[in-house]
Amino acid sequence: MARPILSLLALAAALLFVADLAFGSVRIPLAGVVDALLGRSTDAAWASIVLVFRLPKALTALAAGAALSVSGLILQTVFRNPLAGPDSLGIGAGASVGVAVVVLATGSSGGSAFLAGLGLGGYALLSLAASAGAFLVLLVILLFARRVENGVTLLIVGILVGYLAGSLVSLLVYFGSPQKVQVYLGWTYGSFASVTARQLPVLFAALAIGFGLTARTAKPLNALFLGERFAEGLGVRVKPARARALLAAAVLAGAATAFCGPIAFLGIAAPQAARRAFRSSDHGVLIPGSALLGSVFALAADLASQAPGGGAVLPINPLLALIGAPIILSLFLRGSSREGRQ
Amino acid sequence: MIGAASTMAPVLSARSLAIGWRGKGALAQGIELELRSGELAVLVGPNGSGKSTLLRTLVGTQAPLSGDASILGQAVGRLSVEERARRAATVFTDRFDSGYFSVFDIVAFGRYPYTDARGALSDRDVAAVEAAIASAGLAELAGRPFSELSDGERQKALVARAVAQDCPLLVLDEPTAFLDASARVEVFHLVRRLAREAGKAVVLSTHDIDHALRYADRLWLMDGEHRFSSGSPEDLAASGAIGRAFASGGLVFDALTGTFRPELGAEPRSVEIVGPEGVPREWARRLLERLGFEEGRGDGAVARIRIEEGGCGLAFVLETEGGAPERASSYDELASMLRSLR
Repeated sequence: MARPILSLLALAAALLFVADLAFGSVRIPLAGVVDALLGRSTDAAWASIVLVFRLPKALTALAAGAALSVSGLILQTVFRNPLAGPDSLGIGAGASVGVAVVVLATGSSGGSAFLAGLGLGGYALLSLAASAGAFLVLLVILLFARRVENGVTLLIVGILVGYLAGSLVSLLVYFGSPQKVQVYLGWTYGSFASVTARQLPVLFAALAIGFGLTARTAKPLNALFLGERFAEGLGVRVKPARARALLAAAVLAGAATAFCGPIAFLGIAAPQAARRAFRSSDHGVLIPGSALLGSVFALAADLASQAPGGGAVLPINPLLALIGAPIILSLFLRGSSREGRQ
Repeated sequence: MIGAASTMAPVLSARSLAIGWRGKGALAQGIELELRSGELAVLVGPNGSGKSTLLRTLVGTQAPLSGDASILGQAVGRLSVEERARRAATVFTDRFDSGYFSVFDIVAFGRYPYTDARGALSDRDVAAVEAAIASAGLAELAGRPFSELSDGERQKALVARAVAQDCPLLVLDEPTAFLDASARVEVFHLVRRLAREAGKAVVLSTHDIDHALRYADRLWLMDGEHRFSSGSPEDLAASGAIGRAFASGGLVFDALTGTFRPELGAEPRSVEIVGPEGVPREWARRLLERLGFEEGRGDGAVARIRIEEGGCGLAFVLETEGGAPERASSYDELASMLRSLR
């Protein structure tokens, strides 16, 4: 039953991917896109637009969407809370602190270097700082996870850590120069376009580690979904299983956030939509399903961000919230009316 | 293999076991118990006496304060989580969100300790799941979402889940807690059949003393004052041990009927009942008890109820000292007459 939906989602992702390459400030016909991808383009401008700008952006959207969605799925299951997501655990906030420290608190020369050109070194530093911030937060969460048995308590810890990180950021913003604050705010809007072809392997390597960690977690996640005591009775070593799943979630969300900014809505909405689309709670289905659905959402959002045309691009984050919040609300309404009938 | 060895040695045993939380003093100590294959033990005791703690200690999810619990001769503390899951199947009262899992899916979780890393069910696993569902009488509900079951069906499905786990020991914490009267009987029937026919050693805790006395092979009694006793239900009822364990303001255990009844006043007035033994007389007795009278004879009695079963149905005549006999044609009328005596 799950297979047709998976194939359908894969097809949708592929179509959106191609569309994402074709649409933008310069519209390139499909044949032109294909030519550029195959390296036989006669139009140098088209080739460069497709290969240098749009292909990395589309690949980033594909990968980051999948990563954030799977991360959210794991967090929702482990914390047994439908509203858990990379940001509710404070991972996004942790990444923000890292970025804020680099952008806002470095010396004036470092700051202007960012503004000047955002060289590869600067980006690498930015990404590293964001990842470090995300991991630091997760380290705190994992430390608590070893002591706290209760998933809900852990979620509250995550929210508190998130607040803490948020207040650090606002302090940095308060004391930062207007120019630097501008750069920082640009990052917080979220964008798939800021990853260049040269940075792409770094992002992909990080995500490969994250997805690798999710391998073989479907079985324990299914048991954890029903509760920690339930899982333990079945012979699950709860703490290591939970720690490993959370680590996977952190790597996936941390890497995606570092490169694309804190993208909020996707990590909550995509796995929720996957559960309902597949009408399944089996993580063997939900992990690939959420990944595909996350890619679809991200690519669709990126396409929508090109909508104004004429070179204007909408920021991804408000856009995702604008499209996504009503979707989440309607899903919840439908979900509760279904439960209400029982 | 485990099953074969269990016919001789006790499946579950405990020697001078003390249970509770470290630093808070023992909930109960000096616990000695033994349970063999084919036996049903029912654990009763007032709230807070440590029933759940004892069950958790017996299956190794909580460490004992001192002493040892053993399953098939091995101290549970030395068993790994995986080994425990093959020896003892547990059903705890935690309510959980079962998502989209069907009854079959939930019961299939019992196979968790036996499936491969992906959790795929072999033909043998499927057969075991189907047999467990059938043994609980739920064959027709197998494909239904678990969340749509009634409380009684839910509890039976969870017992089936434990059966599918194929352990010599089943431990159920208050499986009848949220059930109506008939569902409670069904659960007791089911677990007794599992003990008798499948040769399981079964422990269940309950507040339902009446059924405990009717179904238990061994009654395990925690009195709320750190004492534990084990015996046949008849011994513990006749010796007054049950009455002492549950002694509380306003409630006494009637060893004659094996039920609890409200305590009578300091000097209850007695009323004599005259009539043949049978249903009408028994309910007249219950009426006296409800109104705070005692059944008595001769001189001490303040009144006499004469039961008349004639052609025109049931009737009572209430005779009081110095008053004219009054006729009542229902227990309700009799009750209002008795009330006016007080």
